[in-house]
Amino acid sequence: MTGLLDIRNLDISLALPGGSLHAVKDVTLSLEKGESLGIVGESGSGKSMTALTLMRLLPRSARCKAARLSFDGQDLPALDDRTFAETIAGPRIGMIFQEPMTSLNPVYTIGRQMTEAAVARGLLSAREARRKAIDLLERVGISDPENRMSQFPHQMSGGQRQRVMIAMTLMLDPDLLIADEPTTALDVTVQAQILDLLDGLRRERQMGLILISHDLAVVAQRTDKVAVMYSGELVEQGAANQVLFAPRHDYTKKLLAAIPRLDGPPGRVVAAAPKEEEVIAARDVTRLFSSRKGLFGPRREVRALDGVSMALKRGETLALIGESGSGKSTLARILLGLDEASSGDVTMLGRSLAEIPATERARFVQPVFQDPYTSLNPRRRLAEIIARPLVLRGEGDKASRLAAVRDAMEHVRLPPRLLHAYPSQLSGGQRQRVAIARALVTRPEALICDEPTSALDVSVQAQILKLLDELRAEMGLTCLLITHDMAVVHEVADRVAVMYQGRIVEEGSAQTVLAHPDNDYTARLLAAAPRFGETAEDLKVAQ
Amino acid sequence: MTTTDFTLSAIEGNGEIGALTPGQIFRQRMFGHTGFLIGAGLILLIALVAIFAPVLAPHDPFAQSLSSRMLPPVWIEGGTWDHILGTDQNGRDYLSRLIYGTRVSITIGLGAATVGLLIGVTLGVIAGYFGGWIDHGISFLLTAQLALPGLLLAMALVFIIGPSIWVVIGIVGVLHWTYYLVVTRAATQRIRSLDFVAAAAASGASSRQIIWHEILPNLLSAIIVIFTFELGIAILAESSLSFLGVGIQPPTPSWGLMIAEGKQAMFYRPWLVILPGICLFLLVIGANLMGDGLRDITSPEGRNE
Repeated sequence: MTGLLDIRNLDISLALPGGSLHAVKDVTLSLEKGESLGIVGESGSGKSMTALTLMRLLPRSARCKAARLSFDGQDLPALDDRTFAETIAGPRIGMIFQEPMTSLNPVYTIGRQMTEAAVARGLLSAREARRKAIDLLERVGISDPENRMSQFPHQMSGGQRQRVMIAMTLMLDPDLLIADEPTTALDVTVQAQILDLLDGLRRERQMGLILISHDLAVVAQRTDKVAVMYSGELVEQGAANQVLFAPRHDYTKKLLAAIPRLDGPPGRVVAAAPKEEEVIAARDVTRLFSSRKGLFGPRREVRALDGVSMALKRGETLALIGESGSGKSTLARILLGLDEASSGDVTMLGRSLAEIPATERARFVQPVFQDPYTSLNPRRRLAEIIARPLVLRGEGDKASRLAAVRDAMEHVRLPPRLLHAYPSQLSGGQRQRVAIARALVTRPEALICDEPTSALDVSVQAQILKLLDELRAEMGLTCLLITHDMAVVHEVADRVAVMYQGRIVEEGSAQTVLAHPDNDYTARLLAAAPRFGETAEDLKVAQ
Repeated sequence: MTTTDFTLSAIEGNGEIGALTPGQIFRQRMFGHTGFLIGAGLILLIALVAIFAPVLAPHDPFAQSLSSRMLPPVWIEGGTWDHILGTDQNGRDYLSRLIYGTRVSITIGLGAATVGLLIGVTLGVIAGYFGGWIDHGISFLLTAQLALPGLLLAMALVFIIGPSIWVVIGIVGVLHWTYYLVVTRAATQRIRSLDFVAAAAASGASSRQIIWHEILPNLLSAIIVIFTFELGIAILAESSLSFLGVGIQPPTPSWGLMIAEGKQAMFYRPWLVILPGICLFLLVIGANLMGDGLRDITSPEGRNE
């Protein structure tokens, strides 16, 4: 069988200071014309490495070897770099990267970046290239493509840039499109659109498509075949429906179980019995950000929060949902006392937040932030990081602090041997556990978690959510959980508040809001969330 | 179908962490870093020479002997073993003067770089952390400083105040804080917006505690690199001042002054300039190598290992 792509026994090893890392082990993959393949795995499982091999973009220290690596009948390793760059990369294989914010050159216009490759290769004249670029921009759903051609990347949103990136790869009509986590950096509502677009383009043009993602739910809906990778090995490969609904490998089963679902029962330890006492309340809070260009330039104002009123009741888990830029994080910072509202009141336990001294505030509420890579001081060891809140409050002596640190580490299931490790030695999931341990070491009564799992793999997300839920039950914590993921809300929240453009547009119990959203925006968010249920029913009908 | 028990996350279990104590890792890195070893070796050697100058110097560096003026080093025809590196215009032993000159150069280099560090880092962190009008004000100071011709200003100041080693240290230091400011200000602005600073603030840390405990440790590697760079610049600035006659005053031996005194005879007695030049070069390169090494060794990620 000679399909579009045939990879056999691919091995990649990376040279590291302490020996070598076998990043990809004995991977065999194939793809037919017009077929789509999803590669799923956690970060570090080797899925991106496999794709980069095809584009010859592997890091310099990587050694790669394969029994066969052929594309459309051509043996890829046999080509020299120049021929490869001229004939394969671009015209035959296109690639879309994860980070739309950085994958376009900020100093050139969209038009120039789109037409450059085709014109430089002599495939199209400048005029033809421009016409084609405008067509493609329209095709990928960019409004007013003529004028967009003269715009710069910073004038567009993340979703628009990713569309431009897709259109740009299509300029050379590739036979194979590789999309490496194309939607991970985007909001859910945009994610669904981009994935549908890619799938539509594949059918329309009979391209091969490789979709790489850590999210099995996303991939399985839009691909014919799925390959699951685990620590460099291909553990399971097969038709998407088969992998999804009849997984054979233990790892795939665990991965599937880890995905938060909208249709299953809530995965709570004990449902909370919220009391009516409002522990933190915001009334009519508005936050204006003003900036001016230069010293004497005109003042510009952005309304990040616009008359927000909400209350967190003792013992409950309140989920705050919204897209990036909707003001969720600003609200969290104000509730924590890290930022001040331009107008409106925030009260904590009935007292105005501004009157409460910082250390007393810290005793009651602690934050857990989104990005575990920036929330820990890279120069401090774990023991120092976790003990810091105690030191700041002048509590206990060295020995009692160490005991408290050990206790907190045990709570978040971190092994004591990590006591003297630096954050850079830990994985994302471990770091987030450290952040939670630091938040809990002073025994606060409330946690404000700002997207605590959105930077983590699905499987790690499940562990962290479970941990938070267990801690909540164990220590009777009140929790404000900020997220953009409806499925996460369904799993852990008692109540939901939906934010859109700085306002709270809907509020109510989790069950009611998820089942019968009143607001259009909430309904849109719900529809965009990937779910298995629909595909499962499709499968039943097909059988 | 395999029955192996897969832990869900491959990267969660990392068995090697914590196998070595931090001290062991530090020593391992230190002795594995060739650049650091060479740099530290050079600096140590120069420091020892400065400390034991009276023991090492074969002659009195101030003793003039008009009968043996401008003797060449021993390997050039006419040189004698009595004056291994020859003598200068006043017949003073060149080796002894170089050995005593080490003291002046090291004192001025370390002193001036430290004065600059204190001014630059303080202003940089304050500007970066507080922002707003404070930042505008400090940035204005920086612009004003950059607009001034440094060497000219130093000459004028030394001339007004009067030359002495402490005046030279102070003035060279006060004129060399701009790099510290630019780098620490930008780095502080970046670090300030990171979540661990917010976490500290949420635990009730004051601005002073955040700056000392969260921000400064992260500036350390940048500061070390600038310090070693400024150390070299300060020694060269002292040399320039001495060369122009407003720095270290004769007969105190200083490498810069020796180059200045040797310049009249540069074309037919080149060693008078080359020998102190080599000493300067070794000190500056030693400081730079050691600084780069320290940066690599102390950073938790262990860069360039």
